[in-house]
Amino acid sequence: MSSYQLDLLSNLGINILLALSVYCPMATGQLSIGNAGFMAIGAYVSAILTVHLHLALFPSLIIGGITAGIIGVIVGFPALRLKGIFLAMATLGFGEIVRNFFMNFLTPLTGGAYGFRGIGSIPISISWIWGWVAFFLLFFFFLSRSRVGLAMMAAHDDETVSELIGIHIVLLKVSAFGVGAFIAGVAGGLYAHYYLYIEPEFFNVWESIHMVLYVIMGGMLTFWGGVLGAGIFTLLPEFLRFLLDWRGAFFGIAIIGLMIARPSGLITREMLRVSFWTPYRKGVKL
Amino acid sequence: MKKPPLLSLNRVSKTFGGLVAVNDLNLEVSQGYIFGLIGPNGAGKTTVFNLITGVYPCAHGSIRLEDSELTILKPYRIARLGISRTFQTIRLFPNMTTWEHVLIGQNFLSRPRLGGILPLQRAEEFTLREQAQEALKVLGLWEMKERRAVTLPYGSQRKVEIARALAARPKLLLLDEPTAGMNAREKEDVLNALAKIHDFGVTILVIEHDMRVVMGLCDHIFVLNFGQKIAEGTPSEIRKNEEVLEAYLGQEE
Repeated sequence: MSSYQLDLLSNLGINILLALSVYCPMATGQLSIGNAGFMAIGAYVSAILTVHLHLALFPSLIIGGITAGIIGVIVGFPALRLKGIFLAMATLGFGEIVRNFFMNFLTPLTGGAYGFRGIGSIPISISWIWGWVAFFLLFFFFLSRSRVGLAMMAAHDDETVSELIGIHIVLLKVSAFGVGAFIAGVAGGLYAHYYLYIEPEFFNVWESIHMVLYVIMGGMLTFWGGVLGAGIFTLLPEFLRFLLDWRGAFFGIAIIGLMIARPSGLITREMLRVSFWTPYRKGVKL
Repeated sequence: MKKPPLLSLNRVSKTFGGLVAVNDLNLEVSQGYIFGLIGPNGAGKTTVFNLITGVYPCAHGSIRLEDSELTILKPYRIARLGISRTFQTIRLFPNMTTWEHVLIGQNFLSRPRLGGILPLQRAEEFTLREQAQEALKVLGLWEMKERRAVTLPYGSQRKVEIARALAARPKLLLLDEPTAGMNAREKEDVLNALAKIHDFGVTILVIEHDMRVVMGLCDHIFVLNFGQKIAEGTPSEIRKNEEVLEAYLGQEE
């Protein structure tokens, strides 16, 4: 493969992870426009660990992800009180706080606004990225067929009733927020160690909005929606190169057209209808 | 009725601003019977349900299920103790099939651990699904299990709510106008189902406006007016009670 194709595939892998990081809280009805912040935390923490503490890549990625996850849980609690557009605004604010933090603090370690150089000591290959993609796809595959996944769908549909039928809403929503942050953190770590250079500007609001768009375009009721959305957003602009200057405009029109044609996203739950895992006994299927 | 009551409300009050919705209410629901909760519009019946299930915090008084004080518990804890309910206006999950509604209803019965994500609890899951199947069959919903519940006819949607509540294997089932807006056939359908549920040993407390339904179904009736209990007794006693006739049924003779 040419390095162009490799870059594209790596980009696709990271974008799929980012889409899943937004999908996870969204599956419980929480819209986060701050996931670039969690991505930044993962990227900077893991890069500091590999560059300054000479830690191996894998534990650095994990620690970066867990740091993002813990902060995600901390953010998740106040987020419980907010709904819809208000939660979106609060998470957007959070993303900006993180970006500004890395712009102005820890600058001896990270270079601040000048960018974090010298990550190259451990370059990673594309299989690293897709290994993580495979892991999280498997995770969401099992989750979507489990009772936990069903509870998430219930929380998404009607929180009050969910609580009245015995679902621990706080635990569920905060966990979903934390897991989403963890995935974004891991994706950030992979991003930093694939491109070997990061700066706070990479993790701005626009990046967060992209992640949300992947999920909304692809369909937010199943994790496959986010995967497909990330695929379209990453690959379609490349296929549209022949349009030259009109590329961006056409892409914008394609998004609008898609939202008109399929307002609930490309993949709906009806389409998949793999009703979740069914046990068998004595040849009886329930 | 010598057993200790399953559910007891002791001097329960609830105000919304200046409005007293429930005033110094005492109720005792004993195991194994069908209880009716009736009263004119705005008498506070649904408020009583919301207080029992923890939707509203209870300002005064105590609500107990067997040995547990409910007023200090979160709604999900109350549900796990064995109180399930349906809603006056149908509240189904728009994205779920009938089958999934029943599964989510029994969700907390499944042991909560990480194995819940992986298919590791096969035997337990199988038992739960057999019970889910039974809940659907009791209510005559088995044929519709794969359909999205919100696309079903009105009467069936009400039954999905009851099935969801029943799937949790509750000690006490609270039904808020289960036959409201139904035609005669649908009503009879639901009443038959309720009789079957009662046969399983589930105690039922039902809010109902249709007097024929109430009188035919209930063993014991509470009458509420302006947030206060004005009478209680068997259907025949309630039928004769002067105060009830005046407040609720109107003076017919």
